[in-house]
Amino acid sequence: MIVTMSTSVSSAGAVPVGVAVDGTPVDSTGPVDAAIGGCRPGLLAATVAVFGQQLARARVARVPVLFVAAFQSVGILLLLRGVVDTSNALSKQQVVAGATVLVVAFVCLNLLAQRLGGLRHDGSLDYYAALDVPGAAVVLGAAGSYAAFTVPGSIVTAFGGAALYDLPMSRLWVLVLVLPLAAASLAGLGALLGLLAPKPELATIAGQLGMSAVIFLNLIPAHRMPEAIRWLRAITPSTYAADALAASFDSRVDWGSIWVDLLVCVAVSVVALGLAGALFRRQVAR
Amino acid sequence: MDAYVVDGLTRRHGTVLANDRISLRVAAGEVFGLLGPNGAGKSTLVRQLVALIRPDAGRIALRGRALERRTVGRWVGYLPQGDGALADVPVALALTTTARLRGLGRSAARGTRDELIHELGLAAVADRPLGLLSGGQRRLAAFATVLAGERPVLVLDEPTTGLDPVARRSVWSALSRRRREQGATVVLVTHNVLEAETVLDRVAVLDRGRVIACDTPGALKAAVSSDVRLDLVWRHAPPMDEPVVARLAADAVVDGQRWSLRMPTEQARTALGQLTSGAAYAALDDFTLATPSLEDVYLALGGRARDLEHGG
Repeated sequence: MIVTMSTSVSSAGAVPVGVAVDGTPVDSTGPVDAAIGGCRPGLLAATVAVFGQQLARARVARVPVLFVAAFQSVGILLLLRGVVDTSNALSKQQVVAGATVLVVAFVCLNLLAQRLGGLRHDGSLDYYAALDVPGAAVVLGAAGSYAAFTVPGSIVTAFGGAALYDLPMSRLWVLVLVLPLAAASLAGLGALLGLLAPKPELATIAGQLGMSAVIFLNLIPAHRMPEAIRWLRAITPSTYAADALAASFDSRVDWGSIWVDLLVCVAVSVVALGLAGALFRRQVAR
Repeated sequence: MDAYVVDGLTRRHGTVLANDRISLRVAAGEVFGLLGPNGAGKSTLVRQLVALIRPDAGRIALRGRALERRTVGRWVGYLPQGDGALADVPVALALTTTARLRGLGRSAARGTRDELIHELGLAAVADRPLGLLSGGQRRLAAFATVLAGERPVLVLDEPTTGLDPVARRSVWSALSRRRREQGATVVLVTHNVLEAETVLDRVAVLDRGRVIACDTPGALKAAVSSDVRLDLVWRHAPPMDEPVVARLAADAVVDGQRWSLRMPTEQARTALGQLTSGAAYAALDDFTLATPSLEDVYLALGGRARDLEHGG
């Protein structure tokens, strides 16, 4: 690690302050430089710190969140079992993939939008805004903690759904790619909704509408939908995560289309998280 | 060098003029207070001092340079009134992560956490989330996070609200230590008169968005020193047929059975003599004669609200 050193004077005397070139602070006692002030955390260190704080939040609410997230999707799978044409492989794949992405949408889109909307409204984000923490770190840390809480529910839903609908599980390792990317893209959108909504109630409504969009556009088999709805489906970011997962259930997997779907998720994640991070300070400090 | 220079700061919230052409200087190393009742514009002012809201007009300089939103966090530790972002975070984790967010390395952050837990007596609640603590403990823990990672300027919005006297003294002593050892500047919002009189070097008294006085507590009190405050508490309805009672009633600020008056010392002594020797004495439950407090300064300067606190 390359370390740049500067010397600052505190009451304890001259103390070296070290900041790695990647922005990560090396161990310092945090003295204040007479010219540039105190240390500023690197993006990674700040993200990890925010992640830890927000994870504590999720830890408090983990039982209801995990229960609702998993129960809701497994319940939908059970209900649709009696409705969906189980002789049609495509329908089964899309139902299971849609239900799995729904877990992610519930936590990352809906709950994160509510959380950030609430924190912003009651002034709690002042804590971060006044700390000179990069906005991206707050957004990434919060998104990451909420994403972590989708893991148990989405795995239960994907494997449980595959068992229930008699789909192959051998390629469910793609969840390793699909879940983080679905979480990143939906959390990015959730963060944007939370930060942009003029009132916390609107953030909640927007998050719930987003979740409803996942239910209607990604759970219900696409080939049964009218053309207009299919267009709507194509512009819904969660569609690409759901389609990538659905395609992995196919007997002849089209890896090309899966990679394209995943790339779309990457693009949405980068744009949404980047935008939310860039807007953070502007939306919090007025 | 001045820590802060505020010049003509004006900020509206809708139709309400929250800050009206506020100008003041805070010297480096000073404990500077903003005293005023609820709604006086104190929080609006400090939120501008840490660049959380922009002034509609006026300027703020921090350590000789125009205040920059991008860098204010490197100089200033800020304690907002609410701590919602940390409500679910255990105290020890809140301290470590806040220190990390102020740029400290891992082991330095852990060291800072341990020192603060010891200094502020938070060991018993270190593993509990802030939101599950009592109001006073929660405020003390939030205050501790401001000290996690040294900053030369501390802006504290009501740091001692809800604290018991022991915790309040811990806060004062922690601040005084940082001033002594690090030369820290403290800007502190309070509506507690006793706090303002005992810990502040200088105080700006705010009322309805304006600074109505700014000086040392002693100098401000000296400005109204010809007067003393006479407080009377009546056991039952005061005997208005007594001439001294009728005369005092005309000037008294009445709060239930309690009358409060400001008057020159000699006049107060005479009135008290007449009260205690006459028939009115039987109706009198308690009385006090006191030199002016900062609340008297506030009232003498035209302040109207009556929700300043006295507790210590």
